[in-house]
Amino acid sequence: MGWFKRLKEGIQTATKFKKETPDGLWHQCTKCKETSTYKEFKENYFKCIKCGHHERIGSHDYFDLIYDGKYDELFDDLISTDFLKFTDLTSYDERIEKAHRKTGLWDAISVASGKVNKKPLVTAAMDFSFIGGSMGSVVGEKIARSVDVCLRERSPLLIISKSGGARMMESAFSLMQMAKTSVKLTQLADAKIPYFSLMTDPTTGGVTASFAMLGDINFSEPNALIGFAGPRVIKETIKKDLPEGFQSAEYLLEHGFLDFIIDRSQLKERLVELMDFFG
Amino acid sequence: MVFLDFEKPLESLYEQLDKIKQVAEQGDVDVSATIQEIENKIKAKKKEIYTNLTGWQRVQLSRHPERPYTLYYISQICKKFIELHGDRNIGDDKAIVGGLAKINGDTLMIIGHQKGINTKMRQYRNFGMANPEGYRKALRLMKMAEKFGFPIVCFIDTPGAYPGIEAEERGQAEAIARNLFEMVKLRVPVICYIIGEGASGGALGIGVGDRVFMLENSWYSVISPENCSTILWRTWDYKEQAAEALKLTADHMLEFGLIDEIVKEPLGGAHTDPETMAKALKKHIKKELTALIEMTPEERISARIEKYSNMGHFTARPPETEIEPTVQEES
Ligand SMILES: [Zn+2]
Repeated sequence: MGWFKRLKEGIQTATKFKKETPDGLWHQCTKCKETSTYKEFKENYFKCIKCGHHERIGSHDYFDLIYDGKYDELFDDLISTDFLKFTDLTSYDERIEKAHRKTGLWDAISVASGKVNKKPLVTAAMDFSFIGGSMGSVVGEKIARSVDVCLRERSPLLIISKSGGARMMESAFSLMQMAKTSVKLTQLADAKIPYFSLMTDPTTGGVTASFAMLGDINFSEPNALIGFAGPRVIKETIKKDLPEGFQSAEYLLEHGFLDFIIDRSQLKERLVELMDFFG
Repeated sequence: MVFLDFEKPLESLYEQLDKIKQVAEQGDVDVSATIQEIENKIKAKKKEIYTNLTGWQRVQLSRHPERPYTLYYISQICKKFIELHGDRNIGDDKAIVGGLAKINGDTLMIIGHQKGINTKMRQYRNFGMANPEGYRKALRLMKMAEKFGFPIVCFIDTPGAYPGIEAEERGQAEAIARNLFEMVKLRVPVICYIIGEGASGGALGIGVGDRVFMLENSWYSVISPENCSTILWRTWDYKEQAAEALKLTADHMLEFGLIDEIVKEPLGGAHTDPETMAKALKKHIKKELTALIEMTPEERISARIEKYSNMGHFTARPPETEIEPTVQEES
């Protein structure tokens, strides 16, 4: 039985799921272990109030940070199918069902359309909490459709990447999403519509090696891990320790692969500036 | 001869054959009937072994130490070839080769991964694992081909793009992404052949084209079976299962509509009769390019965009369904 059918036969309510953590709870920084109230943490753009560490956040958190109030979510009816009947220790079907139950999301990317300082912007943002932000057919298709919306409405595109790479359980189909997303971006480029690529912690594998690196503007949040191969794989291959700060946003900036690094508190302001420059 | 584990039944037959032949050389005993008998047995055994290979066995064949590589095919297919080196920036990657070639009087650009033919050369070629400058050299050559109207042929055979410090420092991801983006827009015909291993972005980095073909015993996947096993089963031991689960064979890829055609190999694999394999490839290249040249650049480009835009499997849930998940059992 397909995962979606199983879900439908389980609990079913009309309530729109929204993850809310009560403000009274505490947040502990994953880096320096400093604790603050969740409210303080959230008001500080989900950064540690002491060390400024940017905690990983979800697609809808970014939408809330970027848009002037409300936004429309697009294509959230698209869901994965276990076309290959992929089974390792668990079946792919069960993996997606579990990921959905855990996160309330339908796949590893959500797309929103709305106004940023009164100008239209389409944003496709990835969720690491959904199978490691892995790219399968749904991620590819949602990006493809986002490009189509941008072409139609002449709106700039922002993609916020946060991914471990291609989704193994879709094998060659996930690999081909690298080609698919890159192909669609050529259409955006031909129409001279700007594409902003924000890489957040972590952006690796097939996502980095396709749409994430193809922005007219490539930028990142401080200290984000960005690379092609994961650090563990590299370490095992070369059998040496990796240099300090290797594959960090700062390292990529230094080596010429990012235009700039932006603190999350200034993200919206920077987007407004960019959209103004590009007109 | 090198025999893979599943080819072991053949090894003893070949040994018998060698012995009989030695006998024949020494004396005047007529052994031709015995030779014929063993040869028939070999033929039957081969047929038994090579029809119905598992995914993992195909992977093994694709990595056979005697399997022909890009430069071999080039030497057999082209009357003339001049290798062109370097990305004009950092250096010359040895894991990707390319250059100008002549087939039947027409100039082509041929680019491909190159593995080494012995221990020393395997290191020199970095086991067919390219660094960013390999992908950038490939792009430089493709752009040159586009400028002068030469069709492009790519041979893909890599266990993956190289995961190293310098590769990351010089932008492995950017180099591959750039190629995907640029290859779509090339105004000349581009055809790609997976001739051995087609692992992940390292393969796709020279693999976007009007037509993509796979040799019968090659494989194409988002990850190698070993790495897949390591990640999902947390040990290398499940590589056979991983190879099955990934559905990485040419048959699967054709069934999925992700490639255009399978190029048959000689029974037992390309290495058993490389000359025949090269001839088949040459014929295939000529046929495909002849067809593609009939199209205008605009037609080819829009067909490419259409083809890749349609790749993927997903479905839509009914709009009225909203399902409340059981929340936050783990972080
Ligand atoms: Zn902290």
